[in-house]
Amino acid sequence: MYAVRCIDVRKIYKQGDEDVIGLNGVSIEVEEGGFVCLRSPSGGGKTTLLNVMGGLDRPDSGEIWIAGKRIDNLSKAPLARMRLHRIGFVFQAYNLIPVLTARENVEFVMQVQGVSVVDRKKRSLEILSEVGLEGLEDRRPAKMSGGQQQRVAVARAIASNPAIVLADEPTANLDSNTARHLMELFVELNQHRGTTFVIATHDQMVMSYARRLIRMLDGKLVEDIDQEAV
Amino acid sequence: MSITFRLAWRNIWRQPRRTWLTVGALVFSNILLIFLISVQLGTYLMMIDNTLAPLTGHLQVQYEGYKDDQRIHQAVPAVRGLAADIRERLSLETIAARGAAFALTSSEDRTYGVQIIGVEPEFEPRISTLPGLIKEGRFLDDINAPEIVIGAVLARNLRVQLGDELTILGSARDGSFAATVVRIVGIFESGMVELDRSFAEIPLGFFQDTFVMDGAGHTVVINAQNLFSVSTLQQQVQALLPDMEGLVVHDWDDLQPGLRQAIQADLLGAWFMYGVLVILVAFSVLNTQLMSVLERTREFGITMSLGLTSGRLGWLIMLETAMIGLLGLGLGVFLGGLVVYWFTVNGFTYPGLELAAQFNLPDRIYPNLNSISLLVGPCIVFLASLVAAVYPAARVHFLQPVQAMRAA
Repeated sequence: MYAVRCIDVRKIYKQGDEDVIGLNGVSIEVEEGGFVCLRSPSGGGKTTLLNVMGGLDRPDSGEIWIAGKRIDNLSKAPLARMRLHRIGFVFQAYNLIPVLTARENVEFVMQVQGVSVVDRKKRSLEILSEVGLEGLEDRRPAKMSGGQQQRVAVARAIASNPAIVLADEPTANLDSNTARHLMELFVELNQHRGTTFVIATHDQMVMSYARRLIRMLDGKLVEDIDQEAV
Repeated sequence: MSITFRLAWRNIWRQPRRTWLTVGALVFSNILLIFLISVQLGTYLMMIDNTLAPLTGHLQVQYEGYKDDQRIHQAVPAVRGLAADIRERLSLETIAARGAAFALTSSEDRTYGVQIIGVEPEFEPRISTLPGLIKEGRFLDDINAPEIVIGAVLARNLRVQLGDELTILGSARDGSFAATVVRIVGIFESGMVELDRSFAEIPLGFFQDTFVMDGAGHTVVINAQNLFSVSTLQQQVQALLPDMEGLVVHDWDDLQPGLRQAIQADLLGAWFMYGVLVILVAFSVLNTQLMSVLERTREFGITMSLGLTSGRLGWLIMLETAMIGLLGLGLGVFLGGLVVYWFTVNGFTYPGLELAAQFNLPDRIYPNLNSISLLVGPCIVFLASLVAAVYPAARVHFLQPVQAMRAA
């Protein structure tokens, strides 16, 4: 079964009077438990592809399937539910809620999911411990380093046990050592939890962790390499 | 406390100065509204009391139809006995019987038409301020004495003074002529020209003899402890009346319909002013919440990407507004209550009001602090704040995650 499947997805943006091609007939399948990197120069379409995969943006045409459910034709509320339960996001700028502590940031998603108070407290502590933030649960983002914040973001992304985690330049704001630790965390979560990762990046170090590397250019897939086979 | 509540609470303190300014505006307007509404209610109570105090009273027992057609034969039988009975059964002393007739009063030189009121000298001072307005002489003291007190304007018109005699000529209840001579023992000055010109009071016993009332009168006037207990008292009095005699109990609103209309007209003007104040405060809340939403557009995009619906984010904005509004409500009611309470105890006055004392009227205004004056204004401000937050909440509702995340 595929964690995500895109069939002939097209997306055109308006930039002033000009049409800019975001995605130009992209078809891709990522199997469950996959660990995939998307690489492209800036404007190559990797963020656009992550956005349409995650239901944050709608394609102009084509189909998007997540965990066996088509999502490109869903209305606003079901799409939000799909993101809540099946998709996790990690962003370049961490994007934590600044007024909530690390634990509350993780719990917040679970609360929206309807997880009971006792369960979400227990699970949030477990997940934060799993991402190496034991003892920092009650700190607010402003009191944490970039790497720690990104770990909280990862904890938040996996808190809902998603079928797939979409990460957009997750290491771009981190130093190389912290970035490496984050990638090791991704690999560990991928291997132990079976979480599927699709990571958009131009960082060679990040790409080196991927089992599959997809290169995009001008909104098209131009190369799809199985690095394990290589 | 759920995370949503914690989130909303902490969100409003991201910009503490802005939040305090908004709360301050709410508190100020709430205090102002509590004060103004309390003063307004206090003034109305004073106005009603002042209007009713000279003659009307809070309640009157009359023969059915007498209120609209004051004919002498539409009388309450054994009126003094009825008043005494009600006094005894309700253990209330502010009850007095009266009779009323129109007659000509003549001095040596002049004749004027006046309303002659027969009163119980012992009980009348308990229900009327008129006995306290005697400027010359004294009030009546014998229920059967051929005495009269008249207004200062009437005295001037008739060219009479204390000790002079007046001739009264009118129609008795049985259709005969009612004619008598009375001695002026007191001259009152109420400050109300109509009252001072066309009313005169004589003892009820003497009135009944003169107008052949056979023990009857026209009204039993009753004063309640305060305006708020009038309705209950009216029911109690009605229950005490004999079934078959066609007697009715009118409250002050029936007896002085113009008074309520004047109050309603004044209320309308006042509420227009309050409405302007509430709208200004609502705009202050709108400004705060709109700024807050614009600043957090990117954050809203992120939370939407996590799976929160835009509707839920809209509710978060409403919850934050409700918290700000409740802070304003709580502090405003507390501080406004304290301030107004002080005035309810001490009252206040303004230049010109001291003249009222000359007419046996209160010369200080005491705001009326009750649940209505305390809560109506602040609750309206609270609701207006929530209404003001609908627009910022609706803006969030229409956000798209990707566009929102691209916001600066």
